[in-house]
Amino acid sequence: MSENLVEIKNLTFNREERCIYNGISLSIPKGKVTAIMGPSGIGKTTLLRLMGGQLKPQSGEILFAGHNIPELSRNALYEVRKRMSMLFQSGALFTDMSVYENVAFPIREHSKLPENIIEKMVMMKLEVVGLRGAMHLKPSELSGGMARRAALARAIALDPELIMYDEPFAGQDPISMGVIVRLIRDLNDALGLTSVVVSHDVPEVMSIADYIYIVAEQKIIGQGTPDEIVKQDSELVQQFIKGEHDGPVPFHFPAKDYQAELLGGKS
Amino acid sequence: MLDKIQWLGRTAINVIAGLGRAAFVLGSAISHIPNVRKGLPLFIQQVYSVGVLSLIIIMVSGTFIGMVLALQGYTVLVDYGAEGSLGPMVALSLLRELGPVVTALLFAGRAGSALTAEIGLMKATEQLSSLEMMAVDPLRRVIAPRFWAGFFSMPILAAIFSMLGIIGAHLVGVEWLGVDQGTFWSVMQSDVDMLDIIKGGIKSLVFAFVVTWIAVYKGYNCIPTSEGISRATTSSVVQASLLVLGLDFILTALMFT
Ligand SMILES: Nc1ncnc2c1ncn2[C@@H]1O[C@H](COP(=O)(O)OP(=O)(O)OP(=O)(O)O)[C@@H](O)[C@H]1O
Ligand SMILES: [Mg+2]
Repeated sequence: MSENLVEIKNLTFNREERCIYNGISLSIPKGKVTAIMGPSGIGKTTLLRLMGGQLKPQSGEILFAGHNIPELSRNALYEVRKRMSMLFQSGALFTDMSVYENVAFPIREHSKLPENIIEKMVMMKLEVVGLRGAMHLKPSELSGGMARRAALARAIALDPELIMYDEPFAGQDPISMGVIVRLIRDLNDALGLTSVVVSHDVPEVMSIADYIYIVAEQKIIGQGTPDEIVKQDSELVQQFIKGEHDGPVPFHFPAKDYQAELLGGKS
Repeated sequence: MLDKIQWLGRTAINVIAGLGRAAFVLGSAISHIPNVRKGLPLFIQQVYSVGVLSLIIIMVSGTFIGMVLALQGYTVLVDYGAEGSLGPMVALSLLRELGPVVTALLFAGRAGSALTAEIGLMKATEQLSSLEMMAVDPLRRVIAPRFWAGFFSMPILAAIFSMLGIIGAHLVGVEWLGVDQGTFWSVMQSDVDMLDIIKGGIKSLVFAFVVTWIAVYKGYNCIPTSEGISRATTSSVVQASLLVLGLDFILTALMFT
């Protein structure tokens, strides 16, 4: 049985007054694709940022390969981050560089490789995401889906141990969606990576994940392999994976009673 | 009453916290030994966009201000038969005051606002976050070269401003109004001290530090939305300009009295 690369224990995180997570625990096994699903605005991106050390939790532990992320010094955190990589929801390409330069950036920053080797590495990564032909374009000349794929090439440029994908499927056409689904799986298996996929695209996640966590209401409401998830008889889980709008998972941001607000005015 | 005291207290705390954050941003950006191989190209690129691209506005403004100074100065001096003092009058005004101050104000508007907006937009589009996740410190990678470039470029721009101002004054005073060429230069040379040039230089260095610091901090600390960026840009220019004028008074009082 393989060990866990990331372990989250009793994590509590509040944003101003609002509680985003209330004592959740989960673990990301090494070498597997773990998916985190949940309705929009529940805090999935927030969870990835917590794992990357960009946000500090109020309490709890986030262990990455034995290092407790919230307690690391600035330098130690930067060392640990060299071993992880994150695909941002928006892509977050550097707008002043071409696609090629974007992918080459992390390699140039963290290695002293000669230019001809960097070139080969960049070409390989771009070929993988199907954007070798677009390498001289600037990010402003890419479509949203292309930008996401370019960002994916940049995220895997240094073959990290852990990749966190924030909504990798959003904005992709069915063909590139299929390509990305396969890519996540292949990268994971071929390079021995550990992947965390945050998404609400149920069928895609079901098809690649080894293990799935479903978050809602500040905690984990369901977990298991895709087969187990489908069979779970929790109402919450069933509503989410079937995409029913009527059920125990609220679609609305917490608010006052609708009728009272309409009658009583804004304040 | 209690409300007002509360408001005062909160404002004071906010101001101090802001100063602390600004000091932290600058401190972490520049408190390391720069890596020459990686840092130098970034620095040069920023000197181009911050300094070289500001040259036109600085040169044009300097020339015109020198020309206006000569015109105004001549009409006053000629009544006393003292138009021979036009040279030192113009040179001292430019070197001591107008060179450093006007350059700083123009620089805040031309380059400072651009720096704030650029860094703010990098924050809003998560470029700074993604740098952090790639284990590249945005303070060192983005903030430091921009700060050094501004700090380095502005005193040079101020020197160019003063130089062109004097040439503009020569154009108007000597070529047009007929002040004697020899008197113009020789009186200027004997009346202007090396110390005037040094003191003007100190002023420009202080202004360069303040204007660039405010510009990069405002961008780094902005609220990452379009409204937040627009507010940060405005307050970067306004605060830098006011601070330059305030500091100019203090520095003048300290150095020239
Ligand atoms: N900078 C912020 N300041 C305050 N609250 C925030 C901030 N960013 C996010 N939030 C709040 O935190 C909650 C979780 O946000 P998060 O971006 O993690 O959601 P998400 O699950 O990734 O949603 P989506 O699927 O739509 O991307 C949201 O409800 C949002 O209101
Ligand atoms: Mg999100």
